Amino acid sequence: MKMKTIKTCVTALISALLVFSPVAYADKWSDQFPHIKNTGDIPGECSYEAMSKKNYKGKTLKINTHAVPVMGEPTALHAEQFAKLTGAKVDVTHTPAGDLYAKAMVPFQAGQAPYDIVFGFSNFINDWRRYLEPVPKKYVEMKQMKDVTPSHIGVASWDGVMYQFPVDGDRHYLKYRKDVIDNPKYQKQYKEATGKELKVPTTWKEYGEMAAYFNGWDWDGDGEKEYGSAEVMKKDDLMYAAFYSRSAAYSKNPKTPGGFFFDLETMTPLINNPGFVEALTDWVAATKYVPPGGINFGLGDEIGSFGGGQTLFSFSWDDAFVAAMQPDSPINNKVGAAQLPGATKVWNRKTNSWDEGFNQAPFFVWGWAVGVAKKSKEHEMAFDYLCFFANEANHQADIGIGRFGVNPFRDADFQADVWTQIGWDKDIAQSYVDTLAEMEKSKNRVFPLRVPGTFEFNAALATAAAKALAGQLSPQAALDEAAKQWNDILNRVGKDNVRKAYAVGVAMEDNKQ
Amino acid sequence: MNFKHKFVFLFPGLFVLIGILIFPIIFTIRLSLSGWNSYTPEMNFIGITNYIRLFTDDPRFWESFFRLSFLSVTTVILQYVIGFALAMMVWREIKFKRFFRVIFLVPMMTTPVIMTVIWRTFFHESLGPVNDLLGGLGVKPILWLSDPVIAKFTVIIVEVWQWTPFMFLLLLAGLLSLPKEPFLAAAIDGASPFRKFVYVTFPLMAPISIGAIIIRLIEASKIMDTVFVLTSGGPGTATETSSFYIYIKGLREFQMGYAATLSFTYLVIMIISLTIIAKVLTKLMIKE
Repeated sequence: MKMKTIKTCVTALISALLVFSPVAYADKWSDQFPHIKNTGDIPGECSYEAMSKKNYKGKTLKINTHAVPVMGEPTALHAEQFAKLTGAKVDVTHTPAGDLYAKAMVPFQAGQAPYDIVFGFSNFINDWRRYLEPVPKKYVEMKQMKDVTPSHIGVASWDGVMYQFPVDGDRHYLKYRKDVIDNPKYQKQYKEATGKELKVPTTWKEYGEMAAYFNGWDWDGDGEKEYGSAEVMKKDDLMYAAFYSRSAAYSKNPKTPGGFFFDLETMTPLINNPGFVEALTDWVAATKYVPPGGINFGLGDEIGSFGGGQTLFSFSWDDAFVAAMQPDSPINNKVGAAQLPGATKVWNRKTNSWDEGFNQAPFFVWGWAVGVAKKSKEHEMAFDYLCFFANEANHQADIGIGRFGVNPFRDADFQADVWTQIGWDKDIAQSYVDTLAEMEKSKNRVFPLRVPGTFEFNAALATAAAKALAGQLSPQAALDEAAKQWNDILNRVGKDNVRKAYAVGVAMEDNKQ
Repeated sequence: MNFKHKFVFLFPGLFVLIGILIFPIIFTIRLSLSGWNSYTPEMNFIGITNYIRLFTDDPRFWESFFRLSFLSVTTVILQYVIGFALAMMVWREIKFKRFFRVIFLVPMMTTPVIMTVIWRTFFHESLGPVNDLLGGLGVKPILWLSDPVIAKFTVIIVEVWQWTPFMFLLLLAGLLSLPKEPFLAAAIDGASPFRKFVYVTFPLMAPISIGAIIIRLIEASKIMDTVFVLTSGGPGTATETSSFYIYIKGLREFQMGYAATLSFTYLVIMIISLTIIAKVLTKLMIKE
């Protein structure tokens, strides 16, 4: 009798789950492809069902992508699925991030197409676009593309033409340990020690004060020391992006449109103005509250450090947050998201003085981007693969896996339900989607530099900032050195060439596009 | 008799020489006179503009060159001293001689990139075992990779570990080929081991030592993988070497023309400086 009751209860429970749960799908595609077990196939132009009707037997698709896992793993996974569905042979080559640009650029310039599809960063667009096939109209007008946010359509396009197929959305925002910041015990302790409130920092100064206080002691009781902040400070590992994030609040003044990196009219580099210097001064101070060796942290280290529970704060791409929220993370459901901190003053380059008052500027940093080589003979298959990569079922599964590096870029991603379904606490999911959505609404955004010679500009800035962080130069001297190099690069590339390209990004920043 | 046909036999060697040595150098020189980069993807001709830029407006290259000189000279001196000591040790009749000879060669047989990743893990300031071990002994954590001065010595440690076996191998081969008579004569004269080393072993080993030092200097001056993996030239530019800098300019920033200029200039400097070093070493170590 007892057994019968248990059986009845279990059957009822399973039935209820099947009927009421939006996640417990099972269809013929999720049976074959467990990656989409949460949603099953979602109807669309590039769904599993649609792809199964394509026949690319006898054809080979060649892809150059990043190393496993970040972006390399989903590329390989979707390649395998695509091959099974369409009969195509898909060759995937994995390349370290630093070599992605050159690996595509050398054959591009030689007029060859060893790869049909090339992965890279969205800020390669200006250098790569002449070698890329624009995304055909039928894909641009698809339902799945209509859901992509305008910011990310802008990032993937140049002068209204889409060259990169949206597969990832990126921005920098603040990640913090909710179990510390919201902890009444620590709030009281912090107030007593500093006379200030412990809360989510809204300025970089507050961020620095809190990080310094929570640096070098065991505040989570795991027997290990914890630290203030994990940041990308390693010179050749996207550290310039972290610096731009820290600079935006001090230097992106909504009253002075017409350029964040350069003054669009004169093409004078702005990176050594007092706003940027203030940000670099803050950053040099941050070397005191990062974990030992933090000055050499690349993106992977930053993800591992914050995601592993080593620091109170972090700010960069979504990956660290998603990694922290995975079920196997030691800080699962103990983290919060918020906009990047702001500043209580912002530099006004017109009046050459500080404008007092709160200022905040989200940074829509570059992220993963992918295009199809113009010289490829397999355009249709290549775009079908990309469309399949980013179809709704794959996308929903990918964004919940931190190591994949696939982050939200669709309006549908900004619904808390998407995240609670994969085990996030409701308030955390809400704070996450609110943070992302607020960034989309902001009218004071910064977009990445996408001009000819982007690599040279960013490398010059990174080298100078790295010298300041290492104590080799003062912040002002370092940024003066970078500005001089920017002027040299401008002279080599041609001011007008850079201005023309920069105007595209400025129009986005000034909300004219 | 017509000997002209003998030149036919030279063609294969000459062809290979031109193909693998002369052509790349000529191509590099031509490339160095162009402005090939990401936004000018062509072999245009800009004269000596790149060379003017290098000699008047690129202190970073010269800083990296002097840093490289310091790193390569220091590592090669250490490798020579340690390699010589190890070779002397297994040259004598000791127990497990063959075992030690093999063990001493192991670092050289490992893959440099992989071993550097392992060293980087060892030296990781917050997660690595070296600082843990020092902490157990009451020593404060050392900033192996984050301090501009200490990071240079960390690079030296890894390089010495990796390449001392190469020096050891050359010097041991030299020691094994030395004639026995001078040693017998010194023994009959009652020379102490120290005097035997100073007056017999070292002078006899001088030509081999010079060869070994020059070979290692050439290799050490190309140091790239250790720096790339261990520090990426950081913190700041504290461990950036010439080859790493050329890599950044060429393959990261895609300034192919300028990177060719740096490469060719570097080649010329290396040929001149190594020739001078070889002459100085010969003068110092070989007495007529």
